[in-house]
Amino acid sequence: MTNAAIETRSLRKRYGEKLAVEDLSLTVRRGEVFGFLGPNGAGKTTSLKMLLGLVEPTGGAGTLLGAPLGDRATRAKVGFLPEHFRFPEWTSARELLRFHGRLLELPDTIARERAERLLGTVDLLDAAHRPLRGYSKGMLQRTGLALALLGEPELVFLDEPTSGLDPLGRRLVRDLIRAERDKGTTVFLNSHLLGEVEATCDRVAFVKGGRVVRERALAAEGEGVEFEAVLRASGLDADARAGLERFGRVLHDEGDEVRLSLASESALPEIARWVVERGASLRHLSADHVSLEDEFLEVMGADHRPG
Amino acid sequence: MRFLAIVRFTLEEAARRRVLLAMLLCGGAFLVLYAVGFHFLVRDLAGEKGAMATLTRQFVVNMFTIAGLFAVNFLMVMSAVLLPVDTLSGEITTGVLQTVAARPVARAEIVLGKWLGHLLVVWGYLLALASGVLAIAWFTAHRAPPHVPAAFACLALEAAVLVSLSIAGGARLSTVTNGVLAFGLFGFAFLGGWVEQIGSFVNNDATRNIGTVTSLIMPTDAMWHLAAHLLQPPFLAQMRMSPFSMGPVPSAAMVVWAVLWIVAALASAVRGFRRRPL
Repeated sequence: MTNAAIETRSLRKRYGEKLAVEDLSLTVRRGEVFGFLGPNGAGKTTSLKMLLGLVEPTGGAGTLLGAPLGDRATRAKVGFLPEHFRFPEWTSARELLRFHGRLLELPDTIARERAERLLGTVDLLDAAHRPLRGYSKGMLQRTGLALALLGEPELVFLDEPTSGLDPLGRRLVRDLIRAERDKGTTVFLNSHLLGEVEATCDRVAFVKGGRVVRERALAAEGEGVEFEAVLRASGLDADARAGLERFGRVLHDEGDEVRLSLASESALPEIARWVVERGASLRHLSADHVSLEDEFLEVMGADHRPG
Repeated sequence: MRFLAIVRFTLEEAARRRVLLAMLLCGGAFLVLYAVGFHFLVRDLAGEKGAMATLTRQFVVNMFTIAGLFAVNFLMVMSAVLLPVDTLSGEITTGVLQTVAARPVARAEIVLGKWLGHLLVVWGYLLALASGVLAIAWFTAHRAPPHVPAAFACLALEAAVLVSLSIAGGARLSTVTNGVLAFGLFGFAFLGGWVEQIGSFVNNDATRNIGTVTSLIMPTDAMWHLAAHLLQPPFLAQMRMSPFSMGPVPSAAMVVWAVLWIVAALASAVRGFRRRPL
């Protein structure tokens, strides 16, 4: 069994003249919560649909749980909450879950038991018999979540799962994602809410212009967390500035100010020593945790306009 | 079986949609009106005596029964086009099908399941209304037309052609375009049928051939004419004097053609939907 839940190579999708996804190459490991980030129009939803077999790729290849993309049997092990979850309005949440239970060919008793359990988990038992046309947006989103988890999937795709949810609903989604991770489920999370991503994901990929431009871990306990150091000193010569590269990536170097990307705060004393030993007058040195939002803005670039 | 799950869900959906309720109300109103009209017609005819009057009564009752089924045929056409017209196109546009297609279900199963579900509803509607017309004729005039099962089979085949067309259009077109196309093709066949009848009546081969070609393009009117022919007593059908039997009778080959037409439409629907991004 391959360790990758998702593996793609140069996946590409073109709609006529429009290139929706240019080159999607990524690997998502089994059991991790993977955040897929990018601005509107970056090709996130099209990428997700290609992985699910809803859209045929124009080029490239990939596997889902070890099987080629589009493999029908594999879809029984995959759950999906679409970004704009729509539903047949005439039916109730309970009937919709039963229908999907039949599509998954679950025995009736198991389908019924799972449906009731999930309706309880997403707090919809009271409304489960009512037609979906009377549900609030949050209730529909929770119905969609229950639907995504009905097959007890090994891999679940959640496209903007917290959109339309109030803080309690968001917390419910966070708890559900964590519970799924604890069970060993791989979660592929597409969200604009970077705080949510930071709180739940193990790793993230930034997508821009239909290709993955950066991937990194968002480990708990500080491991792999990125910091940005700000250094202000007078008398920094060219050698001293070049030497700062050994501590981290130089993000900005102008006048007396240099900004560096650091993997850890522990590099600060060494940076101070390096600067002082080179004869410069150190006036300021600090490091702040780089939030996902800061990194998102950095990756997307200043030229990127709101979508 | 996933295909049957789609059929069942489609039946449940049809049962709860207002469009079916509206159609049932229209059908019910028509049957009431028809029964009242039939009652007064038979009452007036009952006053006349003699062999000629009996023949006239038989002719009029048969024509009025077929006229009732002609109206039923129109109601069935409306239901066969309107019920499934947005089932694929509308659900693709709104995204309802995304969660369904992401399950381990073949796209062909979705198309064929929705086709069969809608067809069963339309057949049920047709059977209820057509049986209502025959029951009114029986209880009012104590007469039933001949070859009812064969005629019903022709109407059922006509319904299947229209449902298949609506489903095939929905796999590739928008809801409005699909509806316009389905009604347009039905109207095209209807006019072609009349052109054929008139051409036959005035013995003009070229005009008659136009009707044959339109029936090949869209075999709905041919199925209605075959049903109407079967429902007339032999002596009336041979006289070809009624508005339902002026033209040539569609052959068994046309029935085979209609079946092949349905198969081709469904193959097109499956092919179109399989490649459609959802």
